[in-house]
Amino acid sequence: MVGASGFGNWARLAAQQALTQDQLLEFDTFGNVSLIHVTDIHAQLKPIFFREPEINIGVGENRGRVPHVTGADFRKLYGIEDGSPSAYALTYSDFTSLAQTYGRVGGLDRVSTVINAIRAARPDALLLDGGDTWHGSYTCYQTEGQDMVNVMNALKPDAMTFHWEFTLGSARVNEIVEGLPFAALGQNIFDAEWDEPAELFKPYKFFERGGVKIAVIGQAFPYMPIANPGWMFPEYSFGIRDENMQAMVDEVRAEGAELVVCLSHNGFDVDKKMASRVAGIDVILSGHTHDALPEPVLVGDTIIVASGSNGKFVSRVDLDVRDGRMMGFRHKLIPIFSDVIAPDPQIAALIDEQRAPFQAELEEVIGQTDSLLYRRGNFNGTWDDLICDALISEREADIAMSPGVRWGPSILPGQDITREDIWNVTSMTYGKAYRTEMTGEFIKVILEDVGDNLFNPDPYYQQGGDMVRIGGLGYRIDVTKPQGERISDMTFLKTGEQIDPAKTYVVAGWASVNEGTEGPQIWDVVESHIRKQGTITVAPNTSVKVVGA
Amino acid sequence: MEFSRRETLALGMGAAALAVLPIRAYASLTDDAIAAFTGGAEMADGGVTLTAPEIAENGNTVPIEVSAPGASAIMVLATGNPTPAVATFNFGPLAASQAASTRIRLAGTQDVMAIAKMADGSFARATSTVKVTIGGCGG
Repeated sequence: MVGASGFGNWARLAAQQALTQDQLLEFDTFGNVSLIHVTDIHAQLKPIFFREPEINIGVGENRGRVPHVTGADFRKLYGIEDGSPSAYALTYSDFTSLAQTYGRVGGLDRVSTVINAIRAARPDALLLDGGDTWHGSYTCYQTEGQDMVNVMNALKPDAMTFHWEFTLGSARVNEIVEGLPFAALGQNIFDAEWDEPAELFKPYKFFERGGVKIAVIGQAFPYMPIANPGWMFPEYSFGIRDENMQAMVDEVRAEGAELVVCLSHNGFDVDKKMASRVAGIDVILSGHTHDALPEPVLVGDTIIVASGSNGKFVSRVDLDVRDGRMMGFRHKLIPIFSDVIAPDPQIAALIDEQRAPFQAELEEVIGQTDSLLYRRGNFNGTWDDLICDALISEREADIAMSPGVRWGPSILPGQDITREDIWNVTSMTYGKAYRTEMTGEFIKVILEDVGDNLFNPDPYYQQGGDMVRIGGLGYRIDVTKPQGERISDMTFLKTGEQIDPAKTYVVAGWASVNEGTEGPQIWDVVESHIRKQGTITVAPNTSVKVVGA
Repeated sequence: MEFSRRETLALGMGAAALAVLPIRAYASLTDDAIAAFTGGAEMADGGVTLTAPEIAENGNTVPIEVSAPGASAIMVLATGNPTPAVATFNFGPLAASQAASTRIRLAGTQDVMAIAKMADGSFARATSTVKVTIGGCGG
C-alpha cells in the first residue's frame, strides 16, 4: 500500500505565512473513492478559538506516541515551523499571539465550503460524521439538538455515529434518529434488556461509490452509561464488543465489500488497539479524544484518521481501491481558518436562522477576561480553574470538582465573556451544581478512579476523558502506578494541611451521573461569579504535580 | 459526580471494605473451587472463550458469555467476589452447542474466569478483567 498526506505540501505553504482558500483546499484527487470526516463538533456552528492540549500523556505502549505528543515535540515530529498557521492550528504554543494573527477556526458554513469543494472534485464523496454533534451550546440545549440536526442535514452526511447525543435522553434521540435522512450506525449499540443489537441503529451500511462497494460500520462511544448518566438512556447498552465488530467485518466482506470503513467514537488509543485485534478494516475514522493528526497512523493494514474537534478540521481521505483491496491513500487534515475560507452563504443563513430566536441571550456580555481561558489538557485548564473558583465561592464549598471533558472553545485575553461563551464550556442536560460532604478518603477514591479511566495502561479500560479538575485541593499523581497508588500528597489549599482521610469536606461539583442531583445549573453559577468579578484573572495553577510522564 | 449523603457513605464504605479485604483474601476460595472442579489438573490457555465487558455498565448485572466447543462442563468464577463460584454449566452429549450466557454480580474490579472440562478429561481456562468504576467525567 502506498500512502501520502497533503501535509508536507501544506507545511511549505504555511511557511509563506499567507494562506488562501485555494491553498487550504489544494488536493490532487487520487484513486476512486473519497471520504470526508468531521467529528466532535460539539454544536459549534460559529467560528471559535480552540487551543490544543499542552499536556496529553500516553501510558503503556502509547507513551510518547501520537496523539500523546504536544507543542514543540509535535512540531518537530511533523516538520512544522514555529509560528506558522499549522503551529497555531495543531499546537498550543504562543496561542494568544498566533490566534490574533490567524483568527478564529471552524464554523459550519466554512466547513460546508470545504465539503462542497471536495464534492466538486469527487461528486460521490462520502461525508461521515463521527458524533458528539448534537451537544455543547446554548442553542443546542434550548432546541434539544434541533439546531444541529437542521444544519447538519443541510450538509447531507451519508452516515453518523454517536456519543453525547444520548444525553438528550433516549426518547429525544429516538425521535431525531427516526427522522434522519442518513444512516445512524453503531454495531455496539445494543438493547440493554436482551443484550441484542438495537433495532433503531444499524451496525453498517453499504455504499456504491466510484464503482467500489463500500461498507461503513459504526462504532458508538463504548462507555456511555458509565461516563454519562445511564439513567437517561436505560434501554441501551454499549461496550467495545470487538468480537461483534469482527463478525460485522466478516459479514460485509462475505457480502462483497471491497472497502471497509469504521466510523468510530472509540477514542484514538482504543481505535489503535481495536485495529490490532479486528482484521479486515481498511480505514478507521477516529473520534472522541479530540486529537488532530496531520497524517494517518498505520496499524497493520488499517489507517486511522483523527480529525480534531469543535469544527476546527475536516479530513479528506482519497483511496485507491482495486481488485477488492485498498491499494493506497492520500490524506489531508484541512484546518478551517475562518478568515481564509469563505462561508457558504446558504449555510450561513441557515445557522443565523437557528440562532435568531436566542440572539439577545447569546450576546449578553457577562464580564471580561485578562487571562487566556481554555480547557483542553489532561489536568486543569484555566476555564476549569474559573469554574472551580465559581463553585467554591458561589456554593460556599471547601473543594470543587469539574468534569474532565475535552470540549469547550477558548477565550483570548481582552475578550468579552458572553453568555454563549459560558454555555459553550458548560452546556449539558445534567449540569446541576451539587453541594455535598465527602471524606478525605472518598475524595482519594474518586481521584484514583478517574485517574485509572485516563491512565490505565490498557486503552480498553480508558474512557477517553481527561482528569477530573479540582479546586481547593492539590495532589501529586504518578501516572505509571496502578489504581489506588497513583494519588498522594493531597493538600487542602485553604490551610496548607494534608487532607485527612477521616475528615469531612464540603465539596461542590457538577455533571453528576446520578439521577436526582439537586442544585442550580452550572452556567448560572459561573455567570453569577463572573458578574461579581467583572474582569477575570486566572492565576497559573501549580497544585497538581505530575510524575512519570 | 454527585452523591447523596447515603450514596456517598455507601460508596465510601464499599471502597473501604475493598481496601480492608483485599482480593487476595478470596484467592484461596477461588483456588479451592478450581481444585474441586479440576482435581488439580493442568489447565490449557485456549479452547474456551469468555466474552465479558471491559468496563461494567452496572456491576450488579454484568452480562457474560462462555463457549467451549467439545466441553462437557464450563465453570465460571468471579475471583474477587466473597463467593467466587458463580455457575457451572453442564452439557450432555446431545447439547447442540457448548455455550451459555448469564449475568453476574461483581463486588468490584476483578478477574472473571471460565474453566472448561473437555470430553477427554482435559481442562482449559480463559480470564478477563472486568472493571467496576464510579464513572462520570467522560470526554
